[in-house]
Amino acid sequence: MTDLERPYPQPDAVTQVFWDGIAEGRLRLQHCRDCHRYVFYPRAVCPYCMGAELEWTDTSGRGSVYSYTVVHLAAPGFDGTPYVIALVDLVEGVRMMTRLVGVEPGEVEIGLRVHVAILGKPPLPCFGPADAGPDPGSS
Amino acid sequence: MPTIRSDRVAAIGGVAESDLGDVAPKTALQLQAEAAREALTEAGLTTADVDGVFSAGGDQPMASVQIAEYLGITPRYSDSTNLGGASFVAHAAHAVDAIAARHCDVALITYGSTQRSLRSRTLGSSGAIRGPAQFESIWGLPLPVGAYALAATRHMHEYGTTAEQLAEVAVAARAWAALNERAFQRDPLAIADVLDSAMISEPLHRLDCCLVTDGGGAGVIVNAARAVDLPMPPVWIAGHGHSHTHFTIANMPSLTTTPADRSGPAAMAMAGITHANVDVAEVYDSFTITVLLSLEALGFCGLGESGDFVSGGRTGPGGDFPLNTNGGGLSYCHPGMYGIFTLIEGTRQLRGECGGRQISGARVALCNATGGVLSSAATVVLARD
Repeated sequence: MTDLERPYPQPDAVTQVFWDGIAEGRLRLQHCRDCHRYVFYPRAVCPYCMGAELEWTDTSGRGSVYSYTVVHLAAPGFDGTPYVIALVDLVEGVRMMTRLVGVEPGEVEIGLRVHVAILGKPPLPCFGPADAGPDPGSS
Repeated sequence: MPTIRSDRVAAIGGVAESDLGDVAPKTALQLQAEAAREALTEAGLTTADVDGVFSAGGDQPMASVQIAEYLGITPRYSDSTNLGGASFVAHAAHAVDAIAARHCDVALITYGSTQRSLRSRTLGSSGAIRGPAQFESIWGLPLPVGAYALAATRHMHEYGTTAEQLAEVAVAARAWAALNERAFQRDPLAIADVLDSAMISEPLHRLDCCLVTDGGGAGVIVNAARAVDLPMPPVWIAGHGHSHTHFTIANMPSLTTTPADRSGPAAMAMAGITHANVDVAEVYDSFTITVLLSLEALGFCGLGESGDFVSGGRTGPGGDFPLNTNGGGLSYCHPGMYGIFTLIEGTRQLRGECGGRQISGARVALCNATGGVLSSAATVVLARD
């Protein structure tokens, strides 16, 4: 698994706004003007009501761990095992995959309250324990 | 004997697997062709009889077109539907519908892969990631195992399912494999062996994961008129269903419920059977957790009860719920997309030709396959007269 380039997001016409926001230290989601639900991943059409008016809004950056796995066999291009990959439910009602930071693998549990922590190059929306108070804009 | 409500539209008339394991330097197309030839021969047919071609492959665009060219078939019905590992069970459903609509009379389903000998299996992507995967493949989750691990963690949290209960699935599969001379791994396995194997993505150990082998398979489905002339007893496709809920694991509605909760009831309702009528089950075991989630979704036990359901060797030889009697993807073979092998073993069980692993008097088999990251499910009910 060596010599493979670490995967990185390639923005498209819809997702560019999301990734531009991340680069600015902001976690933004689409919000449907018709059914008033938050949408993730970003789309051109609302998956709940077929609405086409999806507005970008800032979010709280807060959520909780829905599930997680401690990875011992890294995906190609990654190292530093063990590391924690989680599905986080944002308070806005969407679920995102993320990397958990600032917490030991053995300390993670479902329901852990987390806050976005934008880290890395390219910057990605990782999450850390909410009580640790990570600065969303830190890198 | 259950009252099968099937209209006797179509039956499986021939099945075969190719060489399995490490088949270098054979190609995936060769494996499919060899399996197709054997399956057609078993059905008393030739490629000249085939007028419907069904295939899918992760690394084979236009899969049905490729195998049709290789075998010299010009079909009047063709289907390269790719639902991941569930594809071939869905193909069987499509074949029944196509036969019912008289779009074809003899359907050939094939699959082949040389992922082991080519060492082409990877656990992720590299470089620029486009589409929905740009929100998932960037994190370092090894796929597909990591997605199944997320589901397993959640199932343990919600229901108290244990690593030992997951291991039961692998242990039972290995015990069946010991009775199948074609199985890739036949050495005895204990729960402790699974728990002591390397951790891959918690809570899944290496022995919670399916094999990585080469292999191919084929099935021949014929209309009712031809079914009565088959050399082998016809195995009727009495019911079928399929569905999918998501492509990316973050979009799975509930990590503990697979789309088999739709495909299973649809297939059983069409066949007019209840769970008690199922003599043998072939349930895609890409990972041990796949089986637990599928058994619940199919309704063989309640939500959260699958850990207890499989405990005590219940799904192994001599147990009262025979499951994955060929050894499954965990111990028999797993060439990337396993679904067709559920059809092959289900058919052989209903014909009574499984030797030491035969389920005595089996008349109804349920085959359920899963694709992607618990994304798709396809179920068929097989029945013999």
